[in-house]
Amino acid sequence: MSDAPDLSPEAKKKRGHRNLAIALGLIGFVAIVYLVTILKISGNIGAAG
Amino acid sequence: MDDKPSFAGPKDYFALLKPRVMSLVIFTAFVGMIAAIADGAKVHPGLAAVSLLAIAVGAGASGALNMWWDADIDAVMARTIGRPIPRGLVPKSEAAGFGMLLSALSVALLALASNYVAAGLLAFTIFFYVVIYSMWLKRSTPQNIVIGGAAGALPPVVAWAAVAGHAPLDAWILFLIIFLWTPPHFWALALYREGDYARAGVPMMPNVAGEASTKKQIFGYSIILAVAGVAPYATGLGGLAYLAISSAFGAGFLMLAWRVLKSEPQSKEAPKQLFAFSILYLFALFAALLAEDIAAFYV
Repeated sequence: MSDAPDLSPEAKKKRGHRNLAIALGLIGFVAIVYLVTILKISGNIGAAG
Repeated sequence: MDDKPSFAGPKDYFALLKPRVMSLVIFTAFVGMIAAIADGAKVHPGLAAVSLLAIAVGAGASGALNMWWDADIDAVMARTIGRPIPRGLVPKSEAAGFGMLLSALSVALLALASNYVAAGLLAFTIFFYVVIYSMWLKRSTPQNIVIGGAAGALPPVVAWAAVAGHAPLDAWILFLIIFLWTPPHFWALALYREGDYARAGVPMMPNVAGEASTKKQIFGYSIILAVAGVAPYATGLGGLAYLAISSAFGAGFLMLAWRVLKSEPQSKEAPKQLFAFSILYLFALFAALLAEDIAAFYV
């Protein structure tokens, strides 16, 4: 994919920031789901034991 | 699709979440959560934190969907003209997509971290705020914020359910306090921002029923609120410190509502004072409950 020809440096910079925020958001979401899964499983093991 | 280059940064998308409203939601939900734990509910602190995050994101998602739907109104009101959509920073379609995505993720995350009761309540809260309040009531009746206030009052109930798996009477008392607090709070704002709402065509009580009627209704709700404010003491949710604080702040609320009732027509000072105090009132009551619960953990 190529950049739109009229994309100003400011617009490119903002797009970079948005992309970074999406990446961090996705990593954060995956990490939270992982954490929740571990906590739930360890809680269930604790309850069973 | 909007093909114009976007100049929106992450903070503009964050602004779509109505961070100030979100902070109030986080606070009231946190108090609901701690009250449930003080009541005997057991929860892992990590799961409680994730649940609180999910509730906050759900509230933010409703804010984004509200800004998408009300972009035309926001563009003509002084209070909201600086929001990302009226400023042309975020296209409406992106705000809608952002809000829907976060709604789905927040409900799914709450279901995963806590239980389906809490997740269902959060989904209902988002639906109520966006569809019932924003899309239906806001432009059609001066009772908009009375009924719509239920959405803002639900977070402590959702939080209670997240840690306890159910929502007992005490959780609904917290709901009732916020629900009854909403009309005098917003009508006080509407009294000194009347022109704003009239210009936007939003049927707020002052520009439909008139100033005098609104002032009477503010006073009426304030009486009921002051009584409901001490109800947590009656059920044991709050202790003596809470009783003292809720009584004192309830009396203050009533005094300021009386001043509004007796103020000169078009006077902005008394409604402004009541509006500012109403925020302090809600904070004081919930902070008192929180302080008592935290103190009880150490005694």
